[in-house]
Amino acid sequence: MTIHLFLQQLINGLGLGSLYGLIAIGYTMVYGILRLINFAHGDVMMMSTYFAFFGISVFALPWWAAALVAMALTALLGITIDQGAYRPLRRAPRISALITAIGVSFFLENVSLVVFGSRPRPFFRPEMFRPIWHFGGITVLSLTVYTILITLGLLVIVYVVVYKTRMGMAMRAVSKDMHTVPLMGIDLNRVIAFTFGFGSALAAIGGILWAMKYPQIEPLMGIIPGLKAFVAAVLGGIGNVFGAVLGGFILGITEIMLVAFWPELSGYRDAFAFLLLILVLIFRPTGIMGEDLPE
Amino acid sequence: MKDDIRFIRARQRWSAGNRRRNTILTLIAVGLLCGALFLAGRFADEYHIRILNMVAIYITLAVSYNLINGITGQFSLEPNAFVALGAYSASLMTMTPLEKEMNFIIDPCVPWLAHVCVPFLPAIIIGGLTAAIFALLMGFPVFRVRGDYLAIVTLGFGEVIRVVANNMQTVTNGPLGLKGIAMYTDLRWTWGLALLTLFVIVRLVNSSYGRALKAIRENELAAESMGINSFRHKLLAFTLAAFFEGMAGAMLAHLITTISPMLFTFFLTFNLLIIIVLGGLGSLTGSVIAAIAFTWGSELLRAVEEPTNVFGWFTIPGIPGMRMVIFAVILIAAMLFWREGIMGRKEFSWQWFLGLFSGKHKGAKSI
Repeated sequence: MTIHLFLQQLINGLGLGSLYGLIAIGYTMVYGILRLINFAHGDVMMMSTYFAFFGISVFALPWWAAALVAMALTALLGITIDQGAYRPLRRAPRISALITAIGVSFFLENVSLVVFGSRPRPFFRPEMFRPIWHFGGITVLSLTVYTILITLGLLVIVYVVVYKTRMGMAMRAVSKDMHTVPLMGIDLNRVIAFTFGFGSALAAIGGILWAMKYPQIEPLMGIIPGLKAFVAAVLGGIGNVFGAVLGGFILGITEIMLVAFWPELSGYRDAFAFLLLILVLIFRPTGIMGEDLPE
Repeated sequence: MKDDIRFIRARQRWSAGNRRRNTILTLIAVGLLCGALFLAGRFADEYHIRILNMVAIYITLAVSYNLINGITGQFSLEPNAFVALGAYSASLMTMTPLEKEMNFIIDPCVPWLAHVCVPFLPAIIIGGLTAAIFALLMGFPVFRVRGDYLAIVTLGFGEVIRVVANNMQTVTNGPLGLKGIAMYTDLRWTWGLALLTLFVIVRLVNSSYGRALKAIRENELAAESMGINSFRHKLLAFTLAAFFEGMAGAMLAHLITTISPMLFTFFLTFNLLIIIVLGGLGSLTGSVIAAIAFTWGSELLRAVEEPTNVFGWFTIPGIPGMRMVIFAVILIAAMLFWREGIMGRKEFSWQWFLGLFSGKHKGAKSI
């Protein structure tokens, strides 16, 4: 094994890991606040790619405008799902909300199958993401580099929002004690709606970058990335946004390395994330950066 | 003191008499069911017999799934894995060496499987045992976590089994699946298994084990402090459920005669989840009713996927895939507005049934 090959796979892994990380932030924020695994998150990501797709192909928007519109629509979708499906169950047993989330996930998948059809559609890769760069012996698609940079940039924004704004302070308060927060004059539902909107918008960016990377989209594309992003969130310590991105990087890199150095295992790639999840839950259920014990 | 003893004796006699009456009534009901199935087997057409078979398989699956999710309260999402394990292991047992040779065209079957061929009954049991062994092995790591983590780990396990089935070319024939499995399953087998499952699980639930399982559901910490080993009880419920789910998988494989990894996706678990939620999490009776209603209803719903002609005026085009949308809506709506489901946690009892006729409404027995 040469150092070139290793670096090559490392950057590929970072590229994939960034996407997991972007999706995982939404999981981890919602879980941190509501203690709910938002099963529909991967499908929300899938919807964002269709929004962007129709923005580009039907409304002839430039790709960045389509991406912005898709982000807004996806945030709206996330808020709608919360208000429609999860809000009535705030006081119900937690399992009820989880079952509803599974229902919402199936609903989104099957509605898109009916509306968009099961045929994969080609996705647009903008000019600036197309060139292939050479660094020494390493060949990288510029999209991969931009993806990593965008993820790191967004992480700064997430940090500012969560730790430097009043809304972020409210979010952290809700995750500590949901029942006391309304007593302090904070509108709980606004905080939760903001969390869903913010997480969904990040998932939209992740989804659009995902669609540009594997340039096609289909209604069931959200399932596997969604589940893996959840694994990344648990790995990093659920409830912690930096942990989510770190978990995404670790998952992405190990997955790519596994396939690169043991090609005969490539068929088992999707199973690997779950084995990792089981190991994490056995040996360190709080994840790498997690603080308090999950129930 | 003497009166007390007399009173207790009288009550024992009374309840013993009641129990005998209930046993006789249950036997009569089973006899009537068998008679009805016999007539159906003689006179019904193939389509309806297939639906009846599917009803029985879904009853078996839903009742065993509810043992973990409803009775023990451990929300898990893995039945598709156990059904797949049962279906694959039983099919590989019953297929003749020649059939295997014809199926495994890319890579030959592994030698220790290629020459095995056993009759249907042992194959079913092997199917069930395979699932049970995997459940036991999986239970050790999995029951260290609770709540929604358990859900996602078991969901992951289902995915792992599917991925493995897709990749172990020499054992499962990979994505090609197994074709030409003998159609051994008929109404006797499926309903026999459904009745056996019901018998075993109802007996279990009404035993001290069942009370311990319910105690774990209500409050695991309190149950543990009363001396219940919750880990062992959960493992027991899980393994037993997996055993029946595996056998149901074996039946399913020998009913539809072609299996592939695509058959055992999360979709299967989703159907079972709708059934046990609609029936009532924790009610075996509810699971039976909902399994019948779901299987029958999903056949009726095929109408929305085919063009419908309204009085010859105009034709509503069928929408393929619409059924799944409706199922998803039903699940969400049930969770939002009807969380109890059909039965809540109540069970059918003869006491209640007879009360319907004598006008004394005592309500179904709640547990």
